Amino acid sequence: MKADRVPVVSYSVQEMYSLGIGKVELEEVNPNLCGGRVENHLGKTTPSSPDRDSNLNLPVLSSRAQHDKQAITQQIRNLNLMEYQSKILLQKNGVAVQKFKMIENADEVDDNLKNFKVDEYVIKAQILAGGRGLGYFDNGFKGGVHITKDLGKVSSIVESMIGHNLITKQTSKNGILVKKVMVAESVTIKRECYICIIMDRFLSIYVYIHYFFFFRFIFTLYVSNVYILFFTRENNGPVIIASPAGGTDIENVATSSPHLIKTIPVDIEQGVTDEMSKNIAKFLDFKGSLIKEAAAQIKQLWQLFLNVDAVQLEINPLVETSNGGVIAVDAKIIFDDNAKFRHKDIYSLEDETESDPKEIEAAKHNLNYIAMSGNIGCLVNGAGLAMATMDIIKLYGKEPANFLDVGGNVNEEQVLKAFQILTSDENVKAILVNVFGGIVNCATIANGIVNASKTIQLSIPLIVRLEGMIY
Amino acid sequence: MYIPRVPANQSCCEQRPRLSNVRTNYTSTRSNLKLTSATRVICQGFTGKQGSFHCKQAIEYGTKVVGGVSPGKGGKTHLNLPVFNSVKEVRILSRVMFLFYLPPDQCMASLSREAKSATGADATVIYVPPPGAASAILEAVDAEIPLIVCITEGIPQQDMVRVKHKLLKQSKSRLVGPNCPGVIAPEQCKIGIMPGHIHQRGCVGVVSRSGTLTYEAVHQTTQVGLGQTMCFGIGGDPFNGTDFIDTLEFFLTDPETKGIILIGEIGGVAEEQASEYLLKHNSYLCLGSQGDNAKPVVSFIAGITAPPGRRMGHAGAIISGGKGGAQDKINALEKVNMREIICNNLQILVKCFIMPQTPIKAYTNLTLFL
Repeated sequence: MKADRVPVVSYSVQEMYSLGIGKVELEEVNPNLCGGRVENHLGKTTPSSPDRDSNLNLPVLSSRAQHDKQAITQQIRNLNLMEYQSKILLQKNGVAVQKFKMIENADEVDDNLKNFKVDEYVIKAQILAGGRGLGYFDNGFKGGVHITKDLGKVSSIVESMIGHNLITKQTSKNGILVKKVMVAESVTIKRECYICIIMDRFLSIYVYIHYFFFFRFIFTLYVSNVYILFFTRENNGPVIIASPAGGTDIENVATSSPHLIKTIPVDIEQGVTDEMSKNIAKFLDFKGSLIKEAAAQIKQLWQLFLNVDAVQLEINPLVETSNGGVIAVDAKIIFDDNAKFRHKDIYSLEDETESDPKEIEAAKHNLNYIAMSGNIGCLVNGAGLAMATMDIIKLYGKEPANFLDVGGNVNEEQVLKAFQILTSDENVKAILVNVFGGIVNCATIANGIVNASKTIQLSIPLIVRLEGMIY
Repeated sequence: MYIPRVPANQSCCEQRPRLSNVRTNYTSTRSNLKLTSATRVICQGFTGKQGSFHCKQAIEYGTKVVGGVSPGKGGKTHLNLPVFNSVKEVRILSRVMFLFYLPPDQCMASLSREAKSATGADATVIYVPPPGAASAILEAVDAEIPLIVCITEGIPQQDMVRVKHKLLKQSKSRLVGPNCPGVIAPEQCKIGIMPGHIHQRGCVGVVSRSGTLTYEAVHQTTQVGLGQTMCFGIGGDPFNGTDFIDTLEFFLTDPETKGIILIGEIGGVAEEQASEYLLKHNSYLCLGSQGDNAKPVVSFIAGITAPPGRRMGHAGAIISGGKGGAQDKINALEKVNMREIICNNLQILVKCFIMPQTPIKAYTNLTLFL
């Protein structure tokens, strides 16, 4: 009988939570993102811990980060939409949002708002960052979100915002230029809920603690092992996550009251049925006639999710207003990049001013490029090999400057472009080319490199490894 | 909390609950993964640039490519092979052709053999661009092709969810991919874009989410003389047709395969699920013959330096919400048993095979070759 080591793994319940597992997972709403920021119209912001992952498309209970802090503050290269763009999408797909008008110019205010008479106005500067309520402008004007009952004051507020930089906790110290302002109907929020539709690979992680006794043949020892089995039931499709406790404290709900979160898988062909939407509405604590309205809104959200090829659609908060309405006050949408070809109109809304210019340039030439913080530039074919190359550099104690997968259909032109992008990064002190040609022809890479070194006058060390196919 | 029921008469190590490899109709198609030199392959997207080039390469390698599908070009010839308008047409016409070439008494026997293989083809490879790829897969499923390999990268996730929805309810076809380099049985049959010349028939099974990393593992095993039994590229998309567990079951039950290389990357929980599967089916902890015959498994997980929230090339390679990180996967795999060794260095992957009992820490400074 083999006298082998019996693996003993034990975790306390506390540790389990800190490992990011628990009975139910909850989407973390990160205010750093796109058209979704967790702010209600009073300008409160979600506390954002700097250790949290950003741009999530899967729920998280708590973060167990295996990355350095620098990487977290990088600009995310998904399609980011501003609040008004998301709300226009919601409106187009039948989801109820606050009435609003867009202003691009202080002079337009009177004309645009002539027919927009509401009890109270909320004026919001439109930028691709959160924390607007507590931000300030470079001209000294305080607050990116203002509320007023007086139509006359709107004009002066808008004038102080447009054309100036808004600086918040989530922007650089120079802030972001405000080009558009949203003037919306202020709603009195009675209750805030949370609802998220996500294309999920795994539904939730259940912790199963299994005790068993292991007999050792030679030495009669009773060894008890606590096994934590990470029990993941693969879902293979869309899932709805709902909670009646929405708003800025949603991150705590998952830890403190997991019974307040429900995760419902949705059959992609069947969709959200009437019964399903009613049950969700009831779970969200809507009562009486509001159940029907909330259920209708949920079905519309599902339609929106399908129509725009979203990978994640999060509404936080979905509010019950004091005058009996159900409104989506804020939305965060993450789109499936693979479906870009059939949503050109949405992708044309992209505002690239806050993205890394190297990444924009790379995307133009169909290069998969992600900037990182090191000084060894990488050029690789294949995403897996590219990641492994970064890993190998790190293993030997240095830092990669970027991730770059040139893809299977690369041509010499693109190789030249890739070199130009790599050398435009001042941090790069050497370049490593690691190519295993399969669908990629090594000759293409070689010729591209020769051209690049002639054109760019390469002055830094270049290490090339070519293996595989030469046609 | 869901706690699965376990029959009382199972031995202690089998008292672990049934895991996510729940038996469905679809899991019974795992046997379709086997390729031999007799496997007949058709190509969807035959007359396109990618399809033409890679089919030519496959034919040169010795794969039995019997024809292709290109809507609107049916009846023509391409690469000296027939082109059909649809996959169903392949099925019907090949039966007709079959009948003409055989004397009547042998027809009936042959027809029943033909009926068993369902179509004139045993496998199809799809080189259709993303907008039409999902329907190409569904077309092959409708025609009951036993093995469907989809190379296409960039199929919208919603389309793949719908494909998977259909796939899981049937038991005739198995899909590998999409966004994968393909499947190869060295020196017998090559379905995909991998460079044939680096492969060698041997005893190691390779399964990987990344194409180029597969080539690295294959290259190394060829150079040391171990060779490969079969190499599966399961692809980098979040919703795909075949995962690690499907291929692991195939390898564990294949007598030719003596060892397994598993290459994973960030994103999802496929590697964690694979480690649970191995714990149950391939661990020395299992009593009886299962434990003694456990095959050595060596793994490499790419992306330990990947920043979270970014899509690292593959649609499925993303660390989100603290999940899908490389370290989690390495930890899960390390729990399996001592013979499962995690390489933090791709170069020494193969060295681990040759000396399977030595602890991993000894290898961190070794380099084999670059």
